[in-house]
Amino acid sequence: MVKLLARLRPIIPALGLMALLALTLPAAAQQPTSVNPTASSVNERKLLQEVDRITGRCTIPDQKACTIEQPTGRDWRQFHQVTLRWIGAIAILGMLAVLVVFYLWRGMVKIEAGRSGRTIVRFNALERFVHWMTAVCFIILAITGVNITFGKNLLLPLIGPEAFTTFSQWGKYAHNYLSFPFTIGVVLIFLMWIAGNIPNRTDVEWLKRGGGLVGHDHPPAYRFNAGQKLIYWFVVLGGLAVAISGYLLMFPFYTTNIVGMQMAQIVHGVVAVIFIAVMLAHIYIGSIGMEGAFEAMGTGQVDVNWAREHHRLWLEQEMGRTGPARSQAQPHATPAE
Amino acid sequence: MARMKFLCDADRCIECNACVTACKNEHDVPWGINRRRVVTINDGKPGERSVSMACMHCTDAPCAAVCPVNCFYTTDDAVVLHSKELCIGCGYCFYACPFGAPQYPRVGNFGSRGKMDKCTYCAGGPEADNTPAEYASYGANRLAEGKLPLCAEMCSTKSLLAGDGEIIAQIYKERVTKRGYGSGAWGWMTAYRETIAT
Repeated sequence: MVKLLARLRPIIPALGLMALLALTLPAAAQQPTSVNPTASSVNERKLLQEVDRITGRCTIPDQKACTIEQPTGRDWRQFHQVTLRWIGAIAILGMLAVLVVFYLWRGMVKIEAGRSGRTIVRFNALERFVHWMTAVCFIILAITGVNITFGKNLLLPLIGPEAFTTFSQWGKYAHNYLSFPFTIGVVLIFLMWIAGNIPNRTDVEWLKRGGGLVGHDHPPAYRFNAGQKLIYWFVVLGGLAVAISGYLLMFPFYTTNIVGMQMAQIVHGVVAVIFIAVMLAHIYIGSIGMEGAFEAMGTGQVDVNWAREHHRLWLEQEMGRTGPARSQAQPHATPAE
Repeated sequence: MARMKFLCDADRCIECNACVTACKNEHDVPWGINRRRVVTINDGKPGERSVSMACMHCTDAPCAAVCPVNCFYTTDDAVVLHSKELCIGCGYCFYACPFGAPQYPRVGNFGSRGKMDKCTYCAGGPEADNTPAEYASYGANRLAEGKLPLCAEMCSTKSLLAGDGEIIAQIYKERVTKRGYGSGAWGWMTAYRETIAT
């Protein structure tokens, strides 16, 4: 017996293995003949149901390339091609239409007492410089910005693709570089005029009386009336919004990812077209909408009767501060045309 | 004319990045620009898959829709190409593209991205076929020579397929039937609004 075992010793491991196989074979036979290696694999459709973007690992330095699929790009396309165009068209054309109808109905708001011939300083040279620097930048930014959204439909068919590209290329440079003086202008406007633009009780009455736009009412106002304060705060806050979103677009992917870039463009586009509409109203009331208003930013001097009708409380303050002597008729004052 | 498409069989891709290299070499693509790249999803985990992705030459391409200067055009083969003469480098196509295909030669301070560059399906650009001017801007025009995109042609596992959409869909379908599984044609639903029924 011992002899037999000793003879079998070399094949014991093999026997053991055979026994093991005999045990495991039935189990193996129960498994399907072909294994499905995709049972646990990532699935595109399932991933897209869970996340907006499929991101993985890639071996190239540009980490943006690791986002393999972002179907949300189509949502941004929908915004840019449809939503923004509607908002822009309604805001800008709608405001123009309102202004034309208002002008035809109301006409220019006259100085009711007529010109006194005496003037008072309303905006000094620095204030006017800041205003016009910001204004010129804004107009160029607005035209070049509107060109990016509407130009291919309005201007491209007129001047052809090559000329349109040249115009848009220069427009892009202008838009990018003029953003700096524009932003500085908005900051200076904020600091320069904040004191006169804190809302107070007179604004409530001014708004209740519709600012005197309708009829011949002249609700009292300090240096800036409630309408001007609204413009001021729109310029400051809207300017801040377009500046921040604009710089995000100008320095792409420095601080944000593709979703951030899309959001920045959406904020920039919507605020900008509303900004244009608000500024159209501002330009209207500062030019053909009101007699004697343009001089405030033109020469910086306004007629005392204009000031009395539109900014009575401010005029009283100024008179009390400097005395009536300084506001007497100036022999060399340029007559307002 | 055929409707050209790309199809990456993720169950075959071994992430060798040869398609990326071949593309860069064939078109003399500058440093920093990748017309094609391989992305590995769930890297290191069970079920990881690698997908080679470039411009998918979408039906109703989003890049073409949002371009402010209309520099994109679609060829008879449904390949989406663009003109670098007209591109102003605004970057909008990158925001709209579902596949991150548009590339820009510069980092982008002050909006100076340079002219956009992307996969041309080895079909060049608007310049005359296979001229030095076309090569300088867009790379080789293999399609004009009757050849398919190099990335797919030299794929070692034939994971990446390029060609007539119906033919490559048929090849993929046969593979799935034969081997019994397939994780789907990546990007097809997004790019072409259709997928391959298997």
